[in-house]
Order: sequence, then C-alpha cells, then structure tokens
Amino acid sequence: MNDQNERPVATVRTLEIVVAGLLFLLGAVVIFDSMRVGAKWADDGPQAGYFPFYVGLLICFSTAVVMYRALGDRAKAGKAFVTRGAFRLVLWMLVPSSVYVALIKPVGLYVASTLFIAFFMRRLGRYPWLTTIVVAVGVSVVFFLLFEVWFKLPLPKGPLEAWLKLD
Amino acid sequence: MEEITSLLNGFSVALTPFNLMLMFVGVVLGVIIGVLPGLGGANGVAILLPLTFTMPPTSAIIMLSCIYWGALFGGAITSILFNIPGEPWSVATTFDGFPLGQKGRAGSALTAAFTSSFIGALVAVIMITFLSPVVAKFALAFGPPEFFAVYLLTFCAFVGMSKGQALKTIASMMVGFALAAVGLDTVTGSLRLTFGFTELLQGFDFLIAVIGLFGIGEILLTLEEGLAFKGASARINVKVVVETWRELPRYWLTSLRSSAVGCFMGIVPGGATPASFMAYGVAKRFSRDGEKFGTGQVEGVVAPETAAHAAGTSALLPMLTLGVPGSPTAAVLLGGLLIWGLQPGPLLFQEQKEFVWGLIASMYLGNIAGLIVVLTCVPLFAAILRIPFSIIAPAIIVICAIGAYTVHNSMFDVYLMLVFGIAGYVLRKLDYPLAPLVLALVLGDRAESAFRQAMLASQGDMSIFFSNALVGGMTTLALVLLFWPLVQTVLRKAKAA
Repeated sequence: MNDQNERPVATVRTLEIVVAGLLFLLGAVVIFDSMRVGAKWADDGPQAGYFPFYVGLLICFSTAVVMYRALGDRAKAGKAFVTRGAFRLVLWMLVPSSVYVALIKPVGLYVASTLFIAFFMRRLGRYPWLTTIVVAVGVSVVFFLLFEVWFKLPLPKGPLEAWLKLD
Repeated sequence: MEEITSLLNGFSVALTPFNLMLMFVGVVLGVIIGVLPGLGGANGVAILLPLTFTMPPTSAIIMLSCIYWGALFGGAITSILFNIPGEPWSVATTFDGFPLGQKGRAGSALTAAFTSSFIGALVAVIMITFLSPVVAKFALAFGPPEFFAVYLLTFCAFVGMSKGQALKTIASMMVGFALAAVGLDTVTGSLRLTFGFTELLQGFDFLIAVIGLFGIGEILLTLEEGLAFKGASARINVKVVVETWRELPRYWLTSLRSSAVGCFMGIVPGGATPASFMAYGVAKRFSRDGEKFGTGQVEGVVAPETAAHAAGTSALLPMLTLGVPGSPTAAVLLGGLLIWGLQPGPLLFQEQKEFVWGLIASMYLGNIAGLIVVLTCVPLFAAILRIPFSIIAPAIIVICAIGAYTVHNSMFDVYLMLVFGIAGYVLRKLDYPLAPLVLALVLGDRAESAFRQAMLASQGDMSIFFSNALVGGMTTLALVLLFWPLVQTVLRKAKAA
C-alpha cells in the first residue's frame, strides 16, 4: 500500500453528520406522513399516524443529538471512515454487484450469475479463461439443479433458458 | 412432571428418519454458513426460509434451528484457526483460541470450544424445557397492556445495555419501527409512508432487510479488512479429544458461571455477542490463571463459547413463550412461525403442543448432532475457507440475491436488498447497532397493535401501563433501563467534578 491508498476518502465525522442528517430527514418524512393520515385521537380510537408520529419524533431527536455531538468531536474529524485503498476494494464489489442485480431481469438470473462470477475470477483472481468458464458455468448449473429441479423454486429466466426450452 | 411427558412426546415427533436427516443437513449447512464471511446465523436462516415453505412446520423449524446451532458452532472454527471471527459472538474466542492454535494446540482449542458450546446449549435447553411452560402459563393472563410492556421492556433493554451508543440504538430501533409502519395500516385501512409506490403497499419484509444488512453489508466490511486466510491447520483425532475432555472438568465453575451469564443475556435481549465478552471478562477476573488469559488458555475458550451458545439457545425462550425474540436469528425464526401460520406466544404451548415440544426435543438432538459433525469434519470446513475469495464472494452475493428473490418472487426485493446492504455497511461502520433495527422491523406491527388495543381500552389514558403490579413493574423496569445510560453519564460527570 502506498500513501495514496492510505489517504481517507471521508472522515468519520463527515459520515457521522451525513448519516445522522439523512436519518433526521427520514424522521421528518415519517412525522409529516403521520400528520397527513392523522396522528391524533379520533372518535374510534387512535388514528393511523398516532404511533409512527412518535417514532418519527424519536428518530429526529436522537439523530439531532448524534449530529450535534459529531460536530464538536475533534477525534472523529481526524479519523478516516474509509481509506482510498479500502474504498476502491469496496467499489470493486459494489459496482459489479449493482450491474449484476440490474442484469437479472433482462438476461435471467443464471446467465447473470455466470457472468458475475466469471468477471470476479478474471479481474480479481486473474484465473485463466478455461478455469473461469468451468467454475462460473459449474456454479450456475449447480444452482439451477438445486433450485429449479430439487426445490422447484422458479427463479427469473431469460432468453437463453427460453432458447434451451428450460422454463 | 408434566414437562417430562411432554418432552418424551416431543422426542417421538422429532425422532423420525426424515427429521434426523434434516437435523444433520441443517447443522452442516449451519457450520458452512458460520464459517463463510458474509453469511451468518440470521441471514443464513433468512435465505433458507423460503425453501422450507412447503415442508411441515415442525420439520421446517427443526432444520432452521439446526442451521442456527451449526452457525453457533461454526464461528469458533475460524476464530481459532484463522483469528477471523466467523460470527460476532466468536470474537472473544479469538483472544485465547488463536494463541492456542499458534502453539500447535488448535485441536484442543477446537475440542474445548465445541464441547463448551454443547454444554452451554444443553444448560439453556434444560432451562427452556422447565421454564418455558411456566412462562407461557403465566403469560396466558396477559392482555394488550402487558404485551406492550413486554415489548417496551425488550426494546428498552437494548438501550440500557448499549455501551455508550444509547442514542444510536434508539435511532436504529426507531428506523426499524418506521420501516415496519410502511404500507397498508390494517386497522384504519389508510396507506402509510407509501408515497404512491405500489411496491411499498405490502411494506418492507424483514427477511430482505436481514439478507441485505447482514449479508451484503458483511461482505463489504470483510472485503475492506482484506482477506488473507493464513492459519493453523486443523486435525482433531481421538487422542486430542480425550485429552481435552479430561482437562475440561477442571473448569466446571467457569462453565457454570458462563452458562448463567449466557442464559440471562439470551432471555433479556442482550444476545450472544455481549454474553461472550461478559463471560470472558468474568472468567478472567475469577480464574486462578486470570493474568495468563490472552496467551492461550483453554479456560479462555471455554468461557465465551459456553456463554455464546447458552445465550443463542435461550434467546428462543421469549420467542416461543411471549413472541418476543431475544436475537436477530430468533427474530427470523419467529418470522418463519408467522409464515407457517403459527402464532408465537403463550397460546402456542396450548394449541401446538406437538410443534413446541418437537422443537424443544430437537434442540437436544440437534446439539448432539452438531457436536458430532463439528468434531469429525473440522478439516473439511477449514478447507472451505481456502476457496479463493474471488470465487466465494460473488457466489455469496448470488446466494443472497436468490434468497431475497424467493421471499416474494419479486425483483424489487433484490434491488432493496442491495440498498439495505449499503446501509448496513455504513451504519455498522458508524457503530449503529443493527439488531434493534431488525427486531423493531419484525415486532413493529405487533407492538403497535398491542399499544393501540391498550389505548382503546383506556380511552387514551397512559396510566393503563401502570394499572396493576405486573404491568406497572414491567413498565417501570423498562423506563429505568431506558434512562440508565443517561443516569450513568450524569453519575460519571458528578464523580469527575
């Protein structure tokens, strides 16, 4: 690891404030929506928003204090939430995973899984093509046998399965 | 002894060849789940839950609870061999387990860990056998105010026991309640927090949240820590097992204390993780070799493992008798009961005797099965960890995606899982505890309806929560726990001044 990789992408304090802020907003949304459906006492008992209203209040209260404390916390201002090197690794996982999840619908789960595993083996593991293809296809075939054949759970399928008449 | 007869009946339910097979399958799957990063007890059970929808409920819960026992056993393997806790509750096991492994005594450490786990679980199961019918009978008289007080107590206990993170515990818990409120309100028929999205009509399913928060979130965290599995090799032979078993009776007092800590922490929702740390601390203080702890003492493995397993097991007691799970995994099992059409709570002991006692009997059998499996198959499980990360990581994500999809056969859930995963990663890094969020998400609707019914009965008068000694006592205790962190801070400041 060189120095570049050790540099923080964000400090703990920044993240602490951002997350508390987002949760505060969530609390506010809960409060407003509860007021919309009614957070009071009606003739027939508590209205739909009666309970969530207080839930929202508590979210806002607790996150406001967390945020206030983080603003004055010097120790956290100097601490890295995630370093550049670690962040790159996390993105290496997160971006392909998002693409994978997005691919499931158009091409089906099994094809998407095969591509996903193959991508990881090539890029992170640097395996030769043959090993990559054998393992990636093998894993998907095992999953197919397990879920479609043994447990009879239909998973999303795409054009390949339609062409092979497997669905 | 009515319990003994019921238990014997339970054994006759659990001891069918099919159920025995499920037990072994469950334990093996559980150990694998416990060993792999990114898969743990809670989300492992959540992913496999849809596979059991078609099974009879008794067989289904036997398999799922055995997965849980397996995961509890499995966490110790990675702690001792690789210094990587496979599960949060086995962090304390690394303190002495890994040094033992480095000294070439991995076999003894593993035997001690597995045996202690077994003993901790056994003590907890015996307690469940005799205590749960009593609690259930007692709880039969509960009305909505009492039930709400129990929920309140559960959630306030989380706050009271959170170390210095009381506000974050509250925030995370309330987010859980807010997520639980999303969707159609069954009482008034109005839509809450859906903002016109039809996908949100059904609300958030906690299974998706569990798979995302604990599965995807965990993978991201593991990745960041960097994965290098370099560890002691594991060989357990009969000689090592017998030798270790000869040594273990020396630590009977530690076992007893740790079991007590574990049972207590499991029933109040402290959970296995704090129980294991607490038991390690207690053992260190009281042991004659206390100062040697951390250098590879067998006693230092016995204490946390006994407590973790005792806590993990006894978390099922409030789940079965009151419908209040003591841990995220117990919460997932509770979700399973609801899906199979069983209402957890005191009535379960009256109406579903076969199910309840079959489950309790299976806890005895499942832990015996677990002990056999882990003692004989350690090298096999350790080998799983040698599968390169670039294969195992995408495979785990695929499994999580399949698990999320099969809950409702909906792609929306898979997208949601990824969002929960990112949230779980960030929240965990900022020390927001996730267990209260999951528990609130599971119990939100039930807690709210208990609250509403109590309020209806009293016409909005909060004093109903103090209307008799029982409910008043529970509410008071809950409030004390809720404000305990505040009291502590004030006391500390007063002392410093």
